[in-house]
Amino acid sequence: MGTDTKTTDTFVEMPKTLAELREGIATGRTKATELAAGYYERIEKKNPRLNAYLCLTKERALEQAARVDALAAKGDPLPPLAGIPVGIKDVLVMKGAPATAGSKILQGYRPPYDATAVAKLEAAGAVLLGKLNCDEFAMGSSTENSAYGPVRNPVDTERVPGGSSGGSAAAVAANLAVATLGSDTGGSIRQPASFCGVVGVLPTYGRVSRYGLIAFASSLDRVGPFASNVRDAATLLGVIAGHDAQDATSSPAPVPDYAAECDKPAAGLRIGVPAEYFAEGLDPEVRAAIEKGIAALKAAGCAVKPVALPHTRYAIPVYYLIATAEASANLARFDGVRYGPRSKDSATLAGMYRHSREEGFGAEVKRRILLGTYALSAGYYDAYYLKAQQVRRLLAEEYLRAFAEVDAIVTPTAPTAAFKLGEKTGDPLAMYLADIYTVTASLAGICGVTVPCGTTKAGLPVGMQVLARHLNEAKAFRVARAVESARIE
Amino acid sequence: MGIAMTARVTVEEVERVAELAHLELKPEETPAMLRDLNAILDYVAQLNELDTKGVTPLAQVSELQEGSAAGELRADRPLPSLDRAAVMQQAPETDGVFFKVPKVIER
Repeated sequence: MGTDTKTTDTFVEMPKTLAELREGIATGRTKATELAAGYYERIEKKNPRLNAYLCLTKERALEQAARVDALAAKGDPLPPLAGIPVGIKDVLVMKGAPATAGSKILQGYRPPYDATAVAKLEAAGAVLLGKLNCDEFAMGSSTENSAYGPVRNPVDTERVPGGSSGGSAAAVAANLAVATLGSDTGGSIRQPASFCGVVGVLPTYGRVSRYGLIAFASSLDRVGPFASNVRDAATLLGVIAGHDAQDATSSPAPVPDYAAECDKPAAGLRIGVPAEYFAEGLDPEVRAAIEKGIAALKAAGCAVKPVALPHTRYAIPVYYLIATAEASANLARFDGVRYGPRSKDSATLAGMYRHSREEGFGAEVKRRILLGTYALSAGYYDAYYLKAQQVRRLLAEEYLRAFAEVDAIVTPTAPTAAFKLGEKTGDPLAMYLADIYTVTASLAGICGVTVPCGTTKAGLPVGMQVLARHLNEAKAFRVARAVESARIE
Repeated sequence: MGIAMTARVTVEEVERVAELAHLELKPEETPAMLRDLNAILDYVAQLNELDTKGVTPLAQVSELQEGSAAGELRADRPLPSLDRAAVMQQAPETDGVFFKVPKVIER
């Protein structure tokens, strides 16, 4: 390890692979009910410190596990995720279970329906353990904006797990779930996966239904999986992807067998490396780890070449105008009228709206709603929102030009490894700037995978981001698999 | 044309925007919010460096995907929605059919 002062309590434990667990369950050596019970025991031990789970859905989980055991006992064929314990980020709804989106404004809310991605997991046999903590309304890069306390990084519990899907990433890294679902609007799956040393997938916009995802920014939000390895992440994506009539932005494109695709060798794939992602602000130890990953790809038979993405530096301002504008519209529905806590003693309707929202929303959410409202308001719409959408097109076209020459683009997922709790909370803009490597892909709608790629000298995980063209997740998985196989130290 | 991005939001403008967003900032919250907003608006103003004349705004990335169904509309057919009783169970105040709220107009 290193000489850095790292807390000696480590909560890290990697789950078994889907293949191994499936074999155990199919042969009856492992009972799904016992597996689930084991996960709940581990959660009871580790969650008080990590705060990854906000609530547990034991009844539903154990009923599902019992169903799986009955199927296995009869020798019936098992669905692809039979008995596999999975955690769900609290921005995705599970019928009858609390959904807070990490906010006080939804305290007590129990949705009357399942998100499509959740329903698909359950139909595939998954055992849904509970709801995972996140930044409020998915706004944040550290999970410190949760109204229910931060999540701690299992690798070093004095550090953040990243955000906004901090609970989802931490749960896999601490084996509090075999896999989890999160959401990614500006990096909220990729960055925490990178910080916690697990695999995270950014599906193409529209690849996975957003029905049942509590909306943050509707043209950016994606639902995606976390897992301990690339093949399992690919398997999960295959289960949740697909057209959904309930989501008008859902893609009708057929879903490939992602798991089979990621077994194909990466040799012959062309890899692009953009200089703009290796400039100032990148931690030298992160750079060193990523360079090892790139060397491994060359050794695996990939052709590596530079690509130019000159507008990269404009991505953050574009993102923070578009995302906040869309958020200001999406969060208008939280007003105390139909669900959630309602402020008491308001004399008028307008007063009730104001007080309920004032009491229910945290500071970061208010900041973003104000910024977004300003950018959309009369007199400013053209200068801010429209301008941002124009630059968005330039950013997207830049990627498409690059993908005409390469199959995948690799970059660091984040400019640093996990920072300490409280380190960046004083300066919102500094927190935003940490998203620099993830937001452009969000704006362009393209897909990507983050895969563990070595550590810093202090042992903190580093992630490599592999980006691919729209609907080309298979290529991203193949490249990620090659990096994973190289076992970068 | 029109207004280019400028920073320097005033207290009055923050209050106006808060009103539009049905948010109420406490007096002690306002200075920090003003400072943060101005810092962010200052930062986003760098987009002014770019010439975007003639560039079509990109609002829906689906249009960049081959075979996308973006813009296709479904048939206008009424379908069952959520169960009313289940929805009303979540309401802070209800008569079972409607959501009850404080009066809209002050007499």
